[in-house]
Amino acid sequence: MRTFKMGGVHPADKKISKDAAIEKLPIPKTVYISMGQHLGAPAEPCVAPGDKVKVGQLIANATGFVSAPVHSSVSGTVKSIEMVKDLAGKPGKAVVIDVEGDEWVDTIDRSETVVKEITLDKKQIVERIKECGVVGLGGATFPTNVKLSPPPTATPTCVIINGAECEPYLTSDYRVMIEKPDQLLIGGTILMKALGVDKCYIGIEENKPEAIKLLTEKAKEYPGVEVVKLKKKYPQGGEKQLIDAVIGKKVPSMGLPVDTGAVVQNVGTAFAVYEAVQKNKPLFEGIMTVTGDCSKEQRNFVHRVGTPLSFIMEHCGGVPEDAAKIISGGPMMGKAIVNIDAPTLKGTSSILYLTEAQTKRKPESNCIRCGKCVGACPMGLEPYLLNKLGRNNMFDELEAHKVYDCIECGCCSFSCPAYIPLLDTIRQSKAAVMKIMKSRPKK
Amino acid sequence: MNKLIVSPSPHVHGKDNTRRLMGDVIIALLPAVLVSIYFFGLSAIHLVAVSVVACVAIEYLIQKLFFKGKSTIGDLSAIVTGVLLALNLPVCSPWWLILIGAVVAIGIAKMTFGGLGQNLFNPALVARVVLLVSFPILMTGSAFHAPESGYLFGNAPEVVDATSGATPLALVKEQLAKGVAMDEIMKDPNLSYSQMLFARMGGSAGELSAIALLLGFIYLLVRRVIKPYISLSILITVFVFSGLLYLGNPAKFVDPVFNLLTGGLLLGAFFMATDYVTSPMTTKGQIIFGVGIGVITVLIRTFGAYPEGVSFAILIMNSTVPLLNKIQPKRFAKEAQKK
Repeated sequence: MRTFKMGGVHPADKKISKDAAIEKLPIPKTVYISMGQHLGAPAEPCVAPGDKVKVGQLIANATGFVSAPVHSSVSGTVKSIEMVKDLAGKPGKAVVIDVEGDEWVDTIDRSETVVKEITLDKKQIVERIKECGVVGLGGATFPTNVKLSPPPTATPTCVIINGAECEPYLTSDYRVMIEKPDQLLIGGTILMKALGVDKCYIGIEENKPEAIKLLTEKAKEYPGVEVVKLKKKYPQGGEKQLIDAVIGKKVPSMGLPVDTGAVVQNVGTAFAVYEAVQKNKPLFEGIMTVTGDCSKEQRNFVHRVGTPLSFIMEHCGGVPEDAAKIISGGPMMGKAIVNIDAPTLKGTSSILYLTEAQTKRKPESNCIRCGKCVGACPMGLEPYLLNKLGRNNMFDELEAHKVYDCIECGCCSFSCPAYIPLLDTIRQSKAAVMKIMKSRPKK
Repeated sequence: MNKLIVSPSPHVHGKDNTRRLMGDVIIALLPAVLVSIYFFGLSAIHLVAVSVVACVAIEYLIQKLFFKGKSTIGDLSAIVTGVLLALNLPVCSPWWLILIGAVVAIGIAKMTFGGLGQNLFNPALVARVVLLVSFPILMTGSAFHAPESGYLFGNAPEVVDATSGATPLALVKEQLAKGVAMDEIMKDPNLSYSQMLFARMGGSAGELSAIALLLGFIYLLVRRVIKPYISLSILITVFVFSGLLYLGNPAKFVDPVFNLLTGGLLLGAFFMATDYVTSPMTTKGQIIFGVGIGVITVLIRTFGAYPEGVSFAILIMNSTVPLLNKIQPKRFAKEAQKK
């Protein structure tokens, strides 16, 4: 069985919500659609207060190469364009829409029919994905069309669909694989066509045997698509780790993933690509999990982008009494929620409740130089050393020890027996060093 | 409304913590302690108890009186040092010898550097070596063989009367110096392998039984407390190096298996050299560290003045750890080619 070779940890699996079928989340009375749905430049609204909008209608344009347009997830009246706080409490521009009914633009194919035949050509596919505002749904929300337009120096050879879902608790990708296997496989086929390659791997961890079985069976009808069973190990779903696991190639330090020939797309993204290309449906819905050991309910939902998180929490019985931390994303790389009224984004993958016992940090003690962080680092870095250098602001040394290679997976902090928050320091040091590196004049 | 915790990822932590790791080391040392108690009864209990209590008390006092900080004895590392120190002393050591050992180990070798994680040298070994050069007669002159049958409730004087004598390595060295040929020396019943494997080896409390030490080592590996690189590279190096010497002149050099089983080699390779704080971080560094210990051990045992060399070898290699930590681990990938 394949896996990445270096480092990694084994957090408890906790896929408690895996058997909950994807349901449609009710539409709230008001949605707050953020202009910063993606990595890169925020979109610029092209509607004004008072405008009537339909579901799927363009409400904001992309503002650069690395940017994506935004579509309305509801029908109704634009109430205002204002600053709305995101889940970290940081204000950002958003279009606020009062919901009236659920009227979709008529260009979207709303039927349940699975459309297998791909009529668009390579260029049209990329254009459609761009117009539909599809972004990577694995966490980084990088605009998908940009990934499908590799620089002329790189030659893509395969697509890898990331079905690892290596974060504990999260089950939205798993549900898509189980419930929408054909759509996913067509999505993979579209991605192959867009890149002009004839190989598509779907990497799935061994803890999802039903998905592996189902997709392996179905993949026989899709030439070039192959399901790859992966060992369960975190961070298997990291782009660099996944490429190493599936095709055994290493993304160079400071290089692009496509330098290995592989273009990685998440399961959710492949499904969004299917909907955009075959159903002409822009990305205005997302699939997310509501879970946690103390969560009152275990559910998977399709949500309309812009739905307040608090609305979803209420819909699932409210915030549990003993929840001490609410996370958007997984427990290893997700973000702690500061503002529970923040709206969902395209990339919102979960609401995860953790108890105090599970998540409260213990006091830091002396480093015992056990080397467990070095063994756990999937990038071959020395976290204990980076932490020490970082706390002393030794930026030259940090750069020499490749702090910029850190993928912020958290394996070091997770494994440290002295409870040293290694990643806290390393993350800050990395940002500082990257800033210094960017400020240097290019040769 | 709940008060929510907000902090950066990761939001969960693994099972490992310092106390659990140290606790596992203590558990791994239990077979060796129990063997010692089985053969030496109260005197072994006395040795371990005095050593552990003294180490913990000294760490507590130094932390309170000098550092004025929170007590650190809860991390159990002082207990580990206490047990290791006991296993490195002769079973019938007087209480004041053990106490001096504890003061040197915790007071000088550990706390002077700033406590757990800061020391350069293995505390228990520093203490052993200080005692070895300060009280050579007590430490080596009359090491104790285990009596014929277990003395569960025996007491020290009886044991001393019954079976004091040189350790196997010292015996060999002594006889070689007299010009006795190796195969003649090996006829001594005290030097048979079955005695060493189980519990009849002469020497410090922790050197009695190879099997008990091996059990502890396997426990540490299974619990993923340590990785095997350091221990294996020491043992392989000692075996190969002393094997080459033996092949060159079997009349003058002891055979490699004898070298593996005797003295503090197994105790050193499994429990002393693998001390987190005083060993290198990376696999490459750990292998060089182990090979160095193996080579120095054989050199001291064969050509040096002392019959045993493991303690010195580990301490010498401890001093190279900051340098060995300059060896960087294998990075994930090479730097991208500039285009």
